[in-house]
Order: sequence, then C-alpha cells, then structure tokens
Amino acid sequence: MFIVVLILMTLIVVWAVGAYNSLISLKNQVANAWKQIDVQLKRRHDLVPNLLAAVKGAMDFERGTLEAVVAARNQAIQVSSGGDVSKIAAVEGQLTGALHRLLAVVESYPDLKATGNIAQLQEELTSTENKIAFARQLYNDVVTQYNTKQRQVPTVFVAGVAGATLAPLWELTDDAERAVPKVEF
Amino acid sequence: MTNEPSDLFSQQQSNRVRSRLLIAGFIAFFAWLGFGGDWLAWQFTLDAAPGTYRHQFPWLGVVMSLGAAIAAIVAWRRGPERVLWSTNAYEVVDPVNDDERRLVNVVEEMAIAGGVPRPRIWIVPDDDPNAFATGRDPSAAHVAVTAGLLMMLDRDELQAVIAHELGHVKNLDMRLMTLLAALVGAVALVGDFMTRLMRGGSRSRVGSFGGGRSRGGGGGKKGGNPLLIVVLVLWILSWLLAPLVTRLLALGVSRKREYLADAMGAQFTRNPGALARALQKIEHAAAPTSSMKRGSAHLCIADPLGRRLSSREGFVAELLGTHPPMAIRVAKLKAMAYQQQDGGSRLADEGQNAI
Repeated sequence: MFIVVLILMTLIVVWAVGAYNSLISLKNQVANAWKQIDVQLKRRHDLVPNLLAAVKGAMDFERGTLEAVVAARNQAIQVSSGGDVSKIAAVEGQLTGALHRLLAVVESYPDLKATGNIAQLQEELTSTENKIAFARQLYNDVVTQYNTKQRQVPTVFVAGVAGATLAPLWELTDDAERAVPKVEF
Repeated sequence: MTNEPSDLFSQQQSNRVRSRLLIAGFIAFFAWLGFGGDWLAWQFTLDAAPGTYRHQFPWLGVVMSLGAAIAAIVAWRRGPERVLWSTNAYEVVDPVNDDERRLVNVVEEMAIAGGVPRPRIWIVPDDDPNAFATGRDPSAAHVAVTAGLLMMLDRDELQAVIAHELGHVKNLDMRLMTLLAALVGAVALVGDFMTRLMRGGSRSRVGSFGGGRSRGGGGGKKGGNPLLIVVLVLWILSWLLAPLVTRLLALGVSRKREYLADAMGAQFTRNPGALARALQKIEHAAAPTSSMKRGSAHLCIADPLGRRLSSREGFVAELLGTHPPMAIRVAKLKAMAYQQQDGGSRLADEGQNAI
C-alpha cells in the first residue's frame, strides 16, 4: 500500500515538474516574441525620419499626410516605454495606417518613385512592415498557446505556482489599418 | 495551428533519432564490410600452410570502422560547408543590389515569422530556379537560393520559398538531409572505387577469390560450410548494392518532408497561394539545375536533376522521385488557400492580420 502511494506521489511530482517547466518555457517564449516586436517597432521609428526627409521636398502640398505620420510616430515613441501591449498596439496601428497612406500617396508621384533613394526606402519600409506583421503573428501564436495551456486541465493546477497569468494578444484597433490600401511594388 | 507545437516537437525528435540512427547505421555498415571481410579471410586462411599468410588480426574491419567514424564526424561537422561548396554558392553579407537586399529582407522576415535565428544567406550562380537549406542546428543554418529564383519570383513567392526552407530548418530536416547528402557522397565514393576495381581488375580479383575457395575446400574440414557461403554472398552483395541502397534511403527520407515543409511555410506566411504559384513557376522552368549534384538533390525545394519525374504522378514517381509529384503539392497548397479564403479573410495581406 505504502509503495503504491509512493509511486503515485512520484508520478504526480514528475508530471508537475514537466507541466511547470512547459509553462515557464512558454512564458519565456512570449517574452522573447514580444522583444522581437519591440525591436522591429524601434526600427520603424528610426526609419520614419529618413522616409520623411526623402519625400518632403516633392510633396509639400500633401502636408496633412506627412503630419499624420510625424504625429503617430511621436506618440508611438512616447507610449513604447510603458510596455502596455494594448496601448502600444493602438498607437502603432495608427502609425501603420499613416505610413500606408503615405506610401499610397507616393505611388501617385512617378517622379518621386523613380529616384533610387525612394525605391530603396520603400523596400525597407515594406520589409519593416512585414517584420512587424510577422513578429505580431508569432507573438499572438505563442500567447494563444500560453493562454490555452495555463487554462487547460490539468496544467491549470500548477499555473499559480509558475506565476502564469494571461498574456494580452496584440489586437488591431485601428480601422484604417484593417482596410489597408493595396500598394503595388 | 494550436496543435502545431506538439507536431513540431515530435518531428524534431524523430529527426534527431533518425540522424543518430543514420550515423550508427553508416558506421555499422562499414564495420560489417570490414569485419565481414576479415572473418572470410580468416576462414579461408584457417588451414593455410605454415609460413604462408594467415589472417589473424582484423585490420580491415578496424580500418574501415575507423574510416567510417571519421567520415561521419567530417559529415557532421563539415557537411553544410561541403554542400554549399559543391554548388559554388557565395554568401550575401552586405547586399550590393536590389535583388540581394530584397532576399536578405525576406529571409529576415521569415526568420521572425518562424521564430528561428536568422540563417546565413547564400546565392548559387545558376539560372534555374531552386533553393535549399542546410546546417546542423537552427542556430547555425544556411539558406541558399539560385540567381534564377531571385529573377523569376516576385516578393510574395520568394517569401513563400524561403518560408518552406525555414520550415526544413525549424523541424531539423536539414540536419538529417545534410548528413545524408554527405554520407551518400562517401558511399558513392566507395561505390565508384569498387566498380572501377571490378571493371579494371575483374579477372585477377575473381581469380583470387576462386583460389581462396579452392584452398579452403582443399583443406577438407570447412569445405561445405553453408554459413561461409551465405556470409560470402551477403558480403559481396553489400559491396555492390551499398550506393544504390543509400540513394534509395535518401529518396525515401526526403519525399514526405516536402509536404510538411510546404505546410510549415504556409503557416509562416499565411499565404499558401504564393508557394503554389512559386512551385508552378519553378516547375515550368524545367531546365536541370546543373550546379546541384546528385548527392544533394534531395535537399532542394524541387528536383534539380531535370528528370522531372516529379511532374508525373503514380507509383513509379512516388518510388523514385526525390520529390513528391508537383501537381499534388500545388493542389494541397491551393486547398489550404481556398480554406483560408473561405474563412472570410483575403489571403495575402489580411491573412497576416486576421490572427
């Protein structure tokens, strides 16, 4: 009888250790995926001034579009230090929308597009936008896994010990971003 | 996608196990060739007259086992470099033109999507579109594409191909496949050596075997030993069939993986339609990729040998192609794209956003 209890206890401990470790590993993956997004967002913040400098002269009369980008970027930089996912998602969504509108406008200036600098910047911006989108995709995938796992029976019993709390998904809030203008390259 | 991690984990695990089995099998096979030969020689010279040569120390087995172990270590450590070297690929460190910059960007994007470290990027100077991944670990992986691929595909399609390759990287296919490429190369070397020996010196070789047997028979005691004959036949067959068997092994290992890598690529890009388009473009450019050698054919995204067995369906194609029939791959991807469309979101752009 004693031996049966002992074996059962051992099994439970082994299982608990495994479940705990898998939760911790997922938690670190979430943190890592978030860092990926962060890196790409910073990259985009740095890229915006270059883009603006390149298009400024030629598009003086599209002042509204340019100013929207500047405003969105400044706001994004302000919020980025806070670390609040939903807030960051909201302002970065606005920046994405503003940049897409700017790129759509650039498309209608063939002269501007023809200069090598713009083409290169466009590629950089497209790539950065893609990287943000893919980083977000990875983040949301990992968060979904993490959240599902910590809520599932039996993992839910060790979730408290592992300090697992629900991580926020990166959700789209900006309607403008949902309705992306199609930019052909 | 929620059950993907366990699939991925089991796939990684099975690739680790297969890699180990492959190395063990490789060394065991050469040990058999060596020690088998020793045993035969020992049997044949058992009753040799005093003063003549008597085979007592199994030097053949020792040498061949050691050689195989060294070959396996070299394949493990230098396999990726050797595969890349054999294709004349050059590495893209600082992109110098728009195509290279786009390639670097696309690889970085896909590395993020797949959650793997950015691999090193190589371009193979060849006009036929093709791509492959190699390396031991995801942290030290290489992705190579041909110049023709860069020219022929648009951004989305290139992204899809890179995503497919990073799928191979992530589930450790590339470790197993690179090992296979290197070991198949080693066995092919032995095979070439043997055929040359058989062709060049067939008379003297048969003569020596015949002499050995008659001497053994003359000794009387071991004359009718059936074990001896069975071992002898098996041993000779092993020598002759080794290259063929390893090649079939390489084929069998690579085919199923392509479907899985296609699926993983689609998961990274959320755009299976682009991979379907890319595969069709690659398929229509039917010229052989001359810089890919036979031994590394199974590494590529599409069969580089120009045999285009993969364009046909049916049993023979399933058995002998390094790759599954292209039509089936494309059909599967299109089915995924169709489901995605059905789910209410347009594929390309919003596919990424609609998670």
